[in-house]
Amino acid sequence: MDIIEVKNISKLYGMNRKEAIKMMREGSNKEEVGKKTGVTVALWDVSFKVKQGEIFVIIGLSGSGKSTLVRCFNGLLKPTSGEIIYNGKNIKSFSKKELLEFRRNKISMVFQNFGLMSHRNVMDNIAYGLEVKGVSKEMRQERAIEMAKLVGLEGWEDKPIHSLSGGMKQRVGLARALANNPEVLLMDEPFSALDPLVRKDMHFELLSIQRKLKNTIIFITHDIDEAFKLGDKVAIMRDGKIVQVDTPENMTTNPADDYVKNFIESADKTRVVSVKNIMITPACLIRENDSARNAIRQMERNSVSTAYAVDANMRYIGIITIEDAIKAHKENIKLFDLVEEDNYTVTEETLINDILTCAAEAKHPIAVVNGDRVLKGIVSKAAILSSLADNEEN
Amino acid sequence: MKEHIFSFPDAWKFRIGMTIDDAVKEFSRSNKDVLDGIRDVAIDAIQGVEGILSSIPWFLLILIVMILGYIVSKKIRVGLLYGAMMFFIGAADLWEHMIDTLSVVMVAVMISLILGFPIGILIAMSKRAGNAIRPVLDMMQTMPTFVYLVPAVMLFNTGAMPALLATVIYSIVPMIRMTSHGIIYVDKEVQEAAIAFGSTKMQALIKVQIPQALPTIMTGVNQTIMMAMSMVVTCAIIGAEGLGLEILVATNRVELGKALLPGIAIVIVAIIFDRLTQGLIRKKEVVE
Repeated sequence: MDIIEVKNISKLYGMNRKEAIKMMREGSNKEEVGKKTGVTVALWDVSFKVKQGEIFVIIGLSGSGKSTLVRCFNGLLKPTSGEIIYNGKNIKSFSKKELLEFRRNKISMVFQNFGLMSHRNVMDNIAYGLEVKGVSKEMRQERAIEMAKLVGLEGWEDKPIHSLSGGMKQRVGLARALANNPEVLLMDEPFSALDPLVRKDMHFELLSIQRKLKNTIIFITHDIDEAFKLGDKVAIMRDGKIVQVDTPENMTTNPADDYVKNFIESADKTRVVSVKNIMITPACLIRENDSARNAIRQMERNSVSTAYAVDANMRYIGIITIEDAIKAHKENIKLFDLVEEDNYTVTEETLINDILTCAAEAKHPIAVVNGDRVLKGIVSKAAILSSLADNEEN
Repeated sequence: MKEHIFSFPDAWKFRIGMTIDDAVKEFSRSNKDVLDGIRDVAIDAIQGVEGILSSIPWFLLILIVMILGYIVSKKIRVGLLYGAMMFFIGAADLWEHMIDTLSVVMVAVMISLILGFPIGILIAMSKRAGNAIRPVLDMMQTMPTFVYLVPAVMLFNTGAMPALLATVIYSIVPMIRMTSHGIIYVDKEVQEAAIAFGSTKMQALIKVQIPQALPTIMTGVNQTIMMAMSMVVTCAIIGAEGLGLEILVATNRVELGKALLPGIAIVIVAIIFDRLTQGLIRKKEVVE
């Protein structure tokens, strides 16, 4: 069942809109129209349907009109022409009161930069929608606590907003949006401002919540990975127009044009960047007959807390920490007896994406070996995370 | 011919100064009851504040300032410094004059806040109101004060009332501007969030925009107080009593010492007002 149907929505900004509409109908592009008439075409003839309970992702680069589009659903912006049908009712025909009721009960929104009210604590932010609707204080606090629990913010209800990290702020944003028990959740690049690891957590969180509550979600992003990961349906936008609407699978196999194809190929670098690109040579190698004292000195000189033990053929054996080396030195034990055997290794060809979780938990840089277990290098947590950060900037 | 090029033709000059005078006089005559009514209310307010201030023993007032100074700065020496500064005013035999000045300034500030706050909100909410009011604000700030002192005296006679009027005209502007500025520049997404969750315009204003704008509005309050303090000497010209009058009299007699002490007293009062209100603003901003 379709919960929302978008019919030929256009949104133009500027004075000479009639002329601009005429030019667009005759097939001019957005840039030409802007130059000639001074009118900005934010959306042009956008149509699609959203099914009840699905996650519908709208993806596009900045300026493609996706943020404008999402604001048309709850009336923050009014389309110049076209209509949005919600459960058979035209949003445009809502009276002031109906629009208010629609926003209070049916549709809510999560913002890119959270849109939280810094003068209210976590609880009062979550309860904002209930408050304006006139829900009693006890009821809305009860609901706010329930929502805080749902998004993993239990115990943070009385904290001021400025004391939260970015990820937690967006959890508040999500809890606030869910508190009204809306049928439709609008999410305007909700995780773009978060760092990659937190974002992955939030994806997981969102998917599990959505499976529980079965809301319809309209999700805006510029990240194709995020789109394919979350979306039941994905719409690609370009210059205010929809290029293709399809499931991620169909889109990958049958891209509508080169633009879509390129977009998909630009997918997350971590999927294609392998360990080889970010590994470094270990600063400190320990051979079988090295003395503990020598090992300590080497580690100190290179300011590292771990050394990598190899045999005569450079085959990797395991890790020695500086604590163990000191212990060996003091108690006069043979250094090699204290080597922690390390079974978690990666190869040069391992993709960064595949080792993200392990990297986050690993205590020491991970050893990189080839098929014969010959040590080729090490890859540190910092290198993995910063490769993600580079990916962010691109 | 030549004189028509290098000087403005006489025939095209108009003389409406007298006409304006007559109009104001006529207005003042025909609305005498109303104007007197306003004047009485204002004088009552000023005398009321003066009554309250003079009923506080001098050492208690100093103590209150010291405690407030300590509260906003969390430093004992700041409180002590403010106390010493207040003590200086008393020792310079200016305490009563300070009370006179304070009562006019405080009433003027209160009127400015009570009127300026809603006007500021109006400008922020309605573009049309903004377009109509902004030029008036520009005029109020740039028009030399003496120009509106004259009609103020014509309408209300000399004394505290025209001083109050002139002070309000001058000091209300920052309150209006900062209030509207604060509300207009509340984070766009926060404003959108208020609307997206189904707030009425009034709910968005009271629950989100005003609280979010509060630090800016408090800066407006601070500026309003400072502007009101800066009008003290000007107001003395039209007969307002207080520190300003002392300065004016001393200036006319070319007595530097007598002018300097009340001058310093004005600076002291202004600094204490400024620091106390700034301290409140900082407290608000910590929450940001």
